Amino acid sequence: MAEKIIYAMYGDDEVLKSSAKKLVSGGIKIAEVYSPFPVHGIDSIIGVKGTRLGIMAFLYGLTGLTLATIGMRYFMVVEWKMNIGGKPNFSYVENILAFIPVSFEFTVLCAAHGMAITYLLLNRTLPGMPAQNPDPRTTDNKFVLEIRLSEQTIGEAKIDELLKDTGFEELEKKITE
Amino acid sequence: MQREAVIREPLILGHKTYHDVTEDVCKPIEDKAPRMWYVLFTIALVIGLYGVGSICYLLGTGIGVWGLNKTIGWAWDITNFVWWVGIGHAGTLISAVLLLFRQKWRMAINRSAEAMTIFAVFMAGTFPLIHMGRLWVGYWVLPLPNHFGSLWVNFNSPLLWDVFAISTYLSVSLVFWYIGLIPDFATIRDRAKKPVAKRMYSILSFGWSGKAKHWNRFELVSLVLAGLATPLVFSVHSIVSFDFATSIVPGWHTTIFPPYFVAGAVFSGFAMVQTLLLVMRKAMKLEAYIHTKHVEYMNIVIMVTGSIVGTAYITELFISWYSGVEYEAYAFLNRATGPYWWAYWSMMTCNVISPQLMWIRKLRRSLLFTFFISIIVNIGMWFERYVIIVTSIHRDYIPAAWSMHYPSHIDIAVYIGTIGIFFTFFLLFARYFPVLALNEVKTILKGSGQSYKESPDYHKNH
Repeated sequence: MAEKIIYAMYGDDEVLKSSAKKLVSGGIKIAEVYSPFPVHGIDSIIGVKGTRLGIMAFLYGLTGLTLATIGMRYFMVVEWKMNIGGKPNFSYVENILAFIPVSFEFTVLCAAHGMAITYLLLNRTLPGMPAQNPDPRTTDNKFVLEIRLSEQTIGEAKIDELLKDTGFEELEKKITE
Repeated sequence: MQREAVIREPLILGHKTYHDVTEDVCKPIEDKAPRMWYVLFTIALVIGLYGVGSICYLLGTGIGVWGLNKTIGWAWDITNFVWWVGIGHAGTLISAVLLLFRQKWRMAINRSAEAMTIFAVFMAGTFPLIHMGRLWVGYWVLPLPNHFGSLWVNFNSPLLWDVFAISTYLSVSLVFWYIGLIPDFATIRDRAKKPVAKRMYSILSFGWSGKAKHWNRFELVSLVLAGLATPLVFSVHSIVSFDFATSIVPGWHTTIFPPYFVAGAVFSGFAMVQTLLLVMRKAMKLEAYIHTKHVEYMNIVIMVTGSIVGTAYITELFISWYSGVEYEAYAFLNRATGPYWWAYWSMMTCNVISPQLMWIRKLRRSLLFTFFISIIVNIGMWFERYVIIVTSIHRDYIPAAWSMHYPSHIDIAVYIGTIGIFFTFFLLFARYFPVLALNEVKTILKGSGQSYKESPDYHKNH
């Protein structure tokens, strides 16, 4: 389906934020913002919700801790009671001190890698993926607002009028198929 | 945007714009390498290959080519291992702990410090692996159902904890580093003109586009990784110290080891960061981003951790006498006055006295002096491990078994070789990777940049 997209390019993050605020209060839905670095405060303006990756990290960590506990108990207590210095491992709980370092390391290992992999998958940023930023300068010093006409409740003429004095540097309209 | 007190020294000097930051960091990568780079790279590579050759000889012949004997079964190998792991502590400390404390000066140095960390941990990992003698069965350290019997690896052993600690530390640091690199690779990708470079950097950048939601996730992931990496940094060197502390050898059996090893690791790690960055900032013309203030901050860290290390040395000495244990007391007396007195006193001079000079403002802001001290600290920290390891075991309970350790040329070659390999990696990093977290630096440009501090409206006219 053909769709018309407006890209408004700004040269400063403060100008970007103030104009995004203005456009949103004028009833425009901003589809995306491309910026070279995290612009603090833009998320709440354009309605990007906070991420729940932190919860995921916690769950991955918990998985790691569980796996480490089950594993070590099986290796050291159930399958083969290793007798070290006359102190055999008859019970996991009584020997737990020796198992803390590995439990901790494995928890961190699973939490960190689990979260990193989830992050890359969610972003669809993987080796060989094509770049999606509309202009190469958005990874240098320019900030771009993306407005999709199909998502708007107001007409193009009204949008142009609202955009007019937001202080953009360049305006591009593109039709995608 | 955060504003900062005017009297704070700016972290970015000169009148930089966002574009200037990109330009300054990407230029050295896009331009032809200077002749000096080729010279240094060749030297590092030759030394590295000499090390690789020596390792091959060692593996082909056996551990006997080292200067070990029946009394001293651990010497340069484990000394080098601990030395490299210690050096590998600065990077993650800078990027993780300083992120949690919101220290903005970390942004100029975290990328290269982390690269250094990763390469240093690689070098560290080499030593236990080659000490196995049979490198090809190195995977036996993993908990695999032993197909030659029913014996699993020993989870009660600090040596196995070390396997988990070092491999977790290495892989988590690598992930932390790479996640930060992705947006910067995207910047290089979007600037690249040559097709091969464009292709390479577009693969490396994973198709990063800088969308708002992605940045939102990026910041959280960095924060959580920092939260995970912070206890990890402390745990790794604690566990390395358990290799000694859980034994019953006088001189090793010390409860003070974990905190003192961690402080020593940070101490030596920052010294190595200083050594590398003082050269790099000059060679890559990054003086505006890594300047006297950054060096001063790092020197303060060196001073604090150096003082902790010094306190620990003296506490150890005192406790060995106060405990009333004859063997403990002798171990320390032997260190200071025995045949290895020169190693002990080199360690004391380099690690206890030299960081105290940093109390003088003029000295800690002098780049030349800092460079000199950073080398001294690196030497001192190598001696620390050598003193702890060799002097504790060379005179054991049976005087008939007393012995001295003389390194063989293979001992020396493997050690020097790892330094060569380390510098080879670091030089490649400096040539092809963004050495500064350039996109993160842009976020502090308005709060801590000189031009914005002097006139907050600067950006409106430029």
